[in-house]
Amino acid sequence: MSAHSHDDVRKHLKLYIGVFLALLVGTAITVYAWTWHFESVAVTVTVALFIACIKAFLVAGYFMHLMSERKTIYAILLTTVFFFAGLMYLTVWSRDEMPRGTYWHDHGPHSAKQRIGH
Amino acid sequence: MEIPYTVSPRPDTGLFNAKVGIWLFLASEVMLFGALFSSYILLRVGATAWPHGLLNVPIGTFNTAVLITSSITMVLAWANMKMGNPGRSRLYLGITVLCGFAFLGVKSKEYYDKFVHYEVRLVDGTVMDGHIKPSPDFKINKFKAESGTIVVEAENVLKANPGESMADAKDRLPAKERYHHGHEEREVKASDIRWISNYTPKHSPYFAIYFTLTGLHALHVFGGMIVLGYFWFQNRTMGRTQTERYTNRLEVGGLFWHFVDLVWIFLFPVLYLL
Amino acid sequence: MEASSHAAHLHDVHEAHHEHEMSFWQKYIFSTDHKVIGVQYGVTALLFLLFGFSLMMMMRWQLAYPQQPIPVVGGLLQKMLGAEMVADKILENGAKIPGVMSADLYNAFGAMHGTIMVFLAIVPLAFAAFGNLIVPLQIGAVDMAFPRVNMVSYQSYFIGGAIMLASFFVPGGAARSGWTSYSPLATLADRSHLFNGQTFWIIGMVFLITSSLLGAVNFIATIIQLRAPGMTWMRLPFFVWAQFVTAFLLLLAFPPLEAAAVMQLADNLVGTSFFLPSGLVVSGTPVPVSGGGSPLLWQHLFWFLGHPEVYVLILPGMGMVAEIIANNTRKPIWGYKSLVYSVLAIGFLSFIVWAHHMYLTGMGTKISTFFQTTTMIISIPSVIILTCLFISLWGGSIRFNTPMLFSLAFLPMFGIGGLTGLPLGFNFSDLHLHDTYYVIAHFHYVVAPGTIFALFAGIYYWYPKVTGRFMSEFWGKVHFWLSLIFMNLIFQPMFAQGMAGLNRRMADGGATYAESDSVIGFAPAILKANVGISHAAWLLGVAQLPFIINFFVSIAKGRRVESDNPWGATTLEWQTPTPPPHGNFTKPIEVHRGPYEYSVPGHAADFTPQNAPESLHKA
Repeated sequence: MSAHSHDDVRKHLKLYIGVFLALLVGTAITVYAWTWHFESVAVTVTVALFIACIKAFLVAGYFMHLMSERKTIYAILLTTVFFFAGLMYLTVWSRDEMPRGTYWHDHGPHSAKQRIGH
Repeated sequence: MEIPYTVSPRPDTGLFNAKVGIWLFLASEVMLFGALFSSYILLRVGATAWPHGLLNVPIGTFNTAVLITSSITMVLAWANMKMGNPGRSRLYLGITVLCGFAFLGVKSKEYYDKFVHYEVRLVDGTVMDGHIKPSPDFKINKFKAESGTIVVEAENVLKANPGESMADAKDRLPAKERYHHGHEEREVKASDIRWISNYTPKHSPYFAIYFTLTGLHALHVFGGMIVLGYFWFQNRTMGRTQTERYTNRLEVGGLFWHFVDLVWIFLFPVLYLL
Repeated sequence: MEASSHAAHLHDVHEAHHEHEMSFWQKYIFSTDHKVIGVQYGVTALLFLLFGFSLMMMMRWQLAYPQQPIPVVGGLLQKMLGAEMVADKILENGAKIPGVMSADLYNAFGAMHGTIMVFLAIVPLAFAAFGNLIVPLQIGAVDMAFPRVNMVSYQSYFIGGAIMLASFFVPGGAARSGWTSYSPLATLADRSHLFNGQTFWIIGMVFLITSSLLGAVNFIATIIQLRAPGMTWMRLPFFVWAQFVTAFLLLLAFPPLEAAAVMQLADNLVGTSFFLPSGLVVSGTPVPVSGGGSPLLWQHLFWFLGHPEVYVLILPGMGMVAEIIANNTRKPIWGYKSLVYSVLAIGFLSFIVWAHHMYLTGMGTKISTFFQTTTMIISIPSVIILTCLFISLWGGSIRFNTPMLFSLAFLPMFGIGGLTGLPLGFNFSDLHLHDTYYVIAHFHYVVAPGTIFALFAGIYYWYPKVTGRFMSEFWGKVHFWLSLIFMNLIFQPMFAQGMAGLNRRMADGGATYAESDSVIGFAPAILKANVGISHAAWLLGVAQLPFIINFFVSIAKGRRVESDNPWGATTLEWQTPTPPPHGNFTKPIEVHRGPYEYSVPGHAADFTPQNAPESLHKA
C-alpha cells in the first residue's frame, strides 16, 4: 500500500474539502483584485502570481499528496523546478541585455525593464 | 514473468512503479508548459503594446471553478476506493469527467467567439473591434480588405497613429478604461481599411500564444478525460477483482488530472487578468 | 511448501508454453521484451547511420568537385528528386549528364545529415538500443518497468524516422534550414508549399521527441525501482549511471524543443509570428504576418535542448568505454566515485550552458560571461572522467581485442574534441570561429571518432551475448585501423580551414566566398584541402564494408562462444544464458559486491561476478 491507509484517508477527507473551498476563495480574490485595475503592471503581476502560487501549492501539496510524499519524488521535482527557473530567468535576462536598436520598436536608451512600468 | 512493484511499493523508495513514472512524466510537462510560459514572457516583454480586455473574465472564472471542482471530485473518487466504496468512487469519477466536458465546451464557445470578432484599423488611424456584418462581395486577403463593405458593431472605437493597433491605442488609456465595451455601428468600405483580422493566432503574438497555451492545455484535458473515462468503465471490472491495482490507477490518473488543473491555475490569471 | 513450488513450476511451464505460442508478429514486431526492442532500435539506428553517412558522401562530392555531376547515382538522384534539385551538366557537344547538385539540395542534405545522425542514428543507438539491451540486465531486472510503453517508444521513433525519410519526396524537397531550423529562414525558405519538407521535419521531430520522452521515463523508473536486491546505487556499473543521467537530460531538455516545434509549426502553417520579427521583407515584398515575434526565442528554446543533447550523445559512449576498459585491463576502474559525481555534475551543468551557441546574437556582456563561465566549469567533470579512464589503464593487463582498441582510441580522440571546444567556449575566440569549419571539426571529433568508436566498441563487445558468436577479430581490427586513419584525415584539416575563415553550410564549399573582394589571406590550400577530405570520407565509407559484412556473416559463421561469459566480465549481463531468456535470469539475483571486482588479491580467478555468493568475497 502507498503511504495512505484506509483510516488516514478518512481523516483527510475534511482536509480535502477545506482545500477545495480555499481554492474557490482564492479564485474569487484573484478576480476581485483584478477589478481594481492597477496602473502598475508590476503590482498586477505580483498580486495575481502570488495568489496563483498559493493555489498551486494547495493543489500540489494536498491533492497530489506532495506533503506526505517520499524523497524520490521531491528530488525529481526540485531538479525540474531549478531548470525551469533557469530557462525562464536566463532567457529574459539575455533579452534585457540587448544593445540598443536590436528590436524594431526599440524606444532608445530604456531597456525593456524600464519600459514595462509605463 | 512478473515485474515487481507494479502494485505494491518497493520498500526503500516507498513507491510503486507507475507513481515514479507519472511524476517523471509530469516533470517533463512542467518543462513543456514552462517553455511556453517563458515564451509568453519574452514575447510580451518584447512587444510595444499588449492587448487588454479581449478575453471574457466571468467565463474564465467559471471554467476555473469547474476545473477546481473536478479536482476535488477526483480526490474523492480515489479516496472512496481507498475506503472501500467503489460505487461512490464511480460517481465522483463520472462527475470529474463531466466537468472536463463542461470545461471543453465552454472553451470551444470562447474560441468560436474569438473567430467572429474582428479588429479593424482604418486608413485615417481609427481602430475598432467587434463583430462585423460583411456585404456579399466582402473579401479579406491576408490582412487586407479587397472589396465590399462591412458594418462594424464596434465595442471600442479609438484614435490611433498610422501603423498602430488597438493595443497601442488602449495602452494610452488609464488601466481602468481598457475593459469598457461600448456599442456603436459604423459602415466601412474596403478602401477605408488599412488592416483587418479576426482574433485568430495570426492576429498578433498575443493571440498566437493564447491559442497555443490554451490549445495545448485543452488537449491535455481531453487526453485526461479519455484515460479517466476508461477508468470509469474499469470500476466494475478491475475495480472489483484487483482493487489495489485499480486504486493505484486512480491515484496516478488523478495526479495527471491535478497537474492539468495546476497549469490552468496559472494560465487563467496570466492570460485573462494580466 | 510442496504445493506452492508445484504451482510455481506449473506457472513456469505455462509461461514457457505460452511463449512458444506467440506468433512471429508478437515475438519480433510487437514485442514488449526489452532485448527485442533493443535490437529493433539497434538495427534501425544503424540503417539510419548508413543513410546519413551516404548523404554526407554526396555532399563531399559537391565540395571537392563543385558543379560536377555525381557519378554512379547522379541519374537515379535526378529521377527520385526531380530536375529542380538535381540539374544536368551540359557538355560542349550538347550531351546532358544528370547529377549536378543544386544549392537547395546541398542545403537539404546538410540539414538532414545533421538531423538524421543526431536524432535517428546516434541517440537511438547509444541510448535506446544499448540501454534497452543492457541496462535491465546489468541491474538484475526482469525487464523495463513499463514494457508496453517501451514498445510504443520504438514505434514512435520508427514513425518519426519514416516521416523524415518521406520529407525528401514531398514538393519542395526536404528541410533545408540546418538541423537547427532557425527562424525566420525555416519558415520563409519555401513558402510555395504548405506541407513542405520543413513541416514534415517538425512533425517528425514531434514523434521522435515523444519516443525519447517515453524512453527516458522508462529508464529512470526502471533504474530507481527494479534494481536487484543488493544492487545499491554505488554498486551500479558506470554504464547504468551514464544512462540514468542521459535519461534525465532527455526528460527535462526535450520538452522546450517540443514547445518550440509546435510554435514553429504554427508559424509555418497558421501564419503566426512567434519567431518572425516585425518589418520582415523578402525579395522586396513585406511578409504578410503580424510580426512582433522573436527569432532569438527559437534559438533559446532550441539550444536549451541542443546543449544537453550533445551530452546525451557522449555519455552512453563514456559508459560503454568504462565497462570495456575495466574488463580488458582486468582491474577496477580508477575513481568510481569521481566518475559518478562527475557524470551527475555534467548532467546538472549541461542545462545552464546553452547560450554558448548564441555568442554572436548580440547578447550583453554580463550574460555572455555567465554562459562562458558555466561552459568552462563543465569542462572540469568531463576532464575528470577522461582522466579516470586514462589512469585506469595504468598497471593493467591489457587485452588488445577489437572492443578495447576502439575504447582506447576513444580516449585521445574525445580528448582532441574536448580540447578544441575550449576556444569555442570563450566568447572572444568564438567571434572568429563561430559557424566555421572549426566548429564542424570540433563536434565531429567528439561524435565520430568519439561516440561512434565507443558504439563500435559496444557492438563488438556485446555481440557475443546477443548472438552467441564472436565477430571476426581480424576484420574488426581492419575496420578499426582504417576508420581511425580516415576519420583523422577528414577532420584534422577542417581545423585549419575553420581558422582561416572558411564558413560552414556553403553549397559550393567556399569557392565564390574565397574570391570575393572582402576576403583576404585565404590560401588556395584551404580550399584544395576539400578534395583530400572528400577522398578520405569516401575511403572511410569503404572501410565500413568489412564491419557491415562482419556484422551479418558472424551471426551464422562467427566463432561460437564457449561460455556465457566469454570476456570474463563481472557485470550481471554476463551471468545469464546466451542469449538471455524471456525474464532474463534463471535464478533470483542477489548482488554482493561492486561492479569491477577484477584481480582481487588472494583470489584464484581474476574476476568475481557481482552476484557470486557472498562467501567468495564481499566488497
